[in-house]
Amino acid sequence: MSAPTAPTEGRAPDAPPQGTKKSRPTRLPKTPLSAIQRRRSLTGWAFIVPAAFIIVLVNFWPMFEALLLSFQTGRGTQLSWADPLLLNYQRLFQDETFRLTLATTFIYLIIQVPIMLVLAMVLANLLNAPWLKYKGFWRTAIFLPCAVGLVSYSLVFRQMFATDGLANDLLINFGILDDPVNWLGQTGTARMVIILGLLWRWTGYNMIFFLAALQNIDRSTLEAARVDGANGFKTFWYVTMPQLKPIILLCAILSTNGTLQMFDESYNLTNGGPGNTTMTVSHYLYNVSFRNSPNFGYAAAISYAILIIVAVLAAIQMKVGDKRD
Amino acid sequence: MTRTTLRRIPAYVFLSVAVVLSVFPLYFMAVSATNTSNDVVASKLLPGGHLVENFQTLVSSQPLWSASYHSAVNAIATTVLALILCSIAGYAFEIYHSRAKDSVMAFLLLAIMIPFAATMIPLFRLFADLGMVNSTLAVILPLVATPFLILLFRQASRSFPHEIIEAARLDGLGEVSIFARIYLPTMKPTLAAAGVITFLFSWNNFLWPKVILVDNAYQTLPMLLSNMRAGYVTDYGSLMLAVLIVSVPTMVVFLALQRHFAEGVTGAIK
Repeated sequence: MSAPTAPTEGRAPDAPPQGTKKSRPTRLPKTPLSAIQRRRSLTGWAFIVPAAFIIVLVNFWPMFEALLLSFQTGRGTQLSWADPLLLNYQRLFQDETFRLTLATTFIYLIIQVPIMLVLAMVLANLLNAPWLKYKGFWRTAIFLPCAVGLVSYSLVFRQMFATDGLANDLLINFGILDDPVNWLGQTGTARMVIILGLLWRWTGYNMIFFLAALQNIDRSTLEAARVDGANGFKTFWYVTMPQLKPIILLCAILSTNGTLQMFDESYNLTNGGPGNTTMTVSHYLYNVSFRNSPNFGYAAAISYAILIIVAVLAAIQMKVGDKRD
Repeated sequence: MTRTTLRRIPAYVFLSVAVVLSVFPLYFMAVSATNTSNDVVASKLLPGGHLVENFQTLVSSQPLWSASYHSAVNAIATTVLALILCSIAGYAFEIYHSRAKDSVMAFLLLAIMIPFAATMIPLFRLFADLGMVNSTLAVILPLVATPFLILLFRQASRSFPHEIIEAARLDGLGEVSIFARIYLPTMKPTLAAAGVITFLFSWNNFLWPKVILVDNAYQTLPMLLSNMRAGYVTDYGSLMLAVLIVSVPTMVVFLALQRHFAEGVTGAIK
């Protein structure tokens, strides 16, 4: 299987597979291009260059710059090479706040992403059932949270989970709680509220991807399983799931990536509190970069730690997702 | 009731719970926008009659118009530029397909994996050096070309018949006209999907505008919301109204174009 973001189906046979396997294409004897073909090829490049230039300028170039920056120290614009060169990275390992925020981010990741993907998969399968009525209504309503901005929903959740807020009032009315809980004032519950918020905001989003993939599944494979006597669950597990693997992988990688870069909720819902225990690593990066006296060199080292973690996790997920069973 | 109908009841119950949980926070936001601050704290779940009052409080205490204007300009400019740049690039990757272009595409796709956190500081320094802090261009440039949108258009171009292009060439149409007048009109679902994705992302974008728009006079709506939160506003009615106002445009865009969005996603992952 090639990289999930680059489906190669229907591609001309000489195209190199994108993603994991990058073999050097064997050189074929070139037929000389006619003047018209050459001009068309140039037109093609001219169409590509503006977008490609911007992508390089706002992604690849800054990534390289950040690496150089992570070897420098100083405040504000007064930067010089660090001595030793890896000073910022050494500091990273002794930084208590960095460790705390990284651990918090991983707690969000490990709890939220699996629950969300399973929920999204169940919902997508229900919405794909041929007997289901009012499909459009269910889909729209469940996808609706995705139309709301991250700052907006953070403030709504902040309001709902305030000590004098709606969550406490409802739970007390239903007799589940006796006294109001200070949801955002305690580490455990504050983290739980952030996870609930993430689930609320992103489950429908992933559901849409799964639903689209389910609708692309070859019906004849499902028929064949039924004829062979497989029940509903077996059909799903042995016939549908393998065909959904690329999209599950894509959603897992996108969610992992998103969680590791999460900032808006941490900043607006809990403002990192209580005592930095709900702060994400990206929020910490922002504080180091732009709060008080900015330390760009050290911030760049933090950002490279995030980059490396994202890359390693994506590589692991691709490896696991690629395994033939 | 037949047995099959009975078996379907849990599914409908599950979906109903999911719908209630999805919609309820939005309902709470909407009714709170019409209630007084005290009613919001008292968790009143019925619409009240204080919408106009909340609006007056909001407008008199916050630069709502200026923030709306900046948000609208940023989101519209980003969407228009992104649609032009990415559709033409995606088209070219497919229609003028060559091995070299495939390699370039594979390289550009790597950018999807670069976390914004890793590019934020150098980008800020770049725009600061160019004297472009607080400028619209600095806000929108990082969003106008994304490998994902290019991929979306490239995949959509796969089903576009090459014979039509050949025929148009024989008729003497230039390459740009073929793209603009023959190809683009057939790409409405993809344009809609790409447009919705870009508009929603730009309208709701928070971290980058917060970093690059140093002067509060240029703040966008999400920044305004965040500042209201940080300012410890005690008027929760007008705070929820502000949240509602920020959310309405994206919900309208989404509801109007969601059919295309689903089609676009389907096209992209095919």
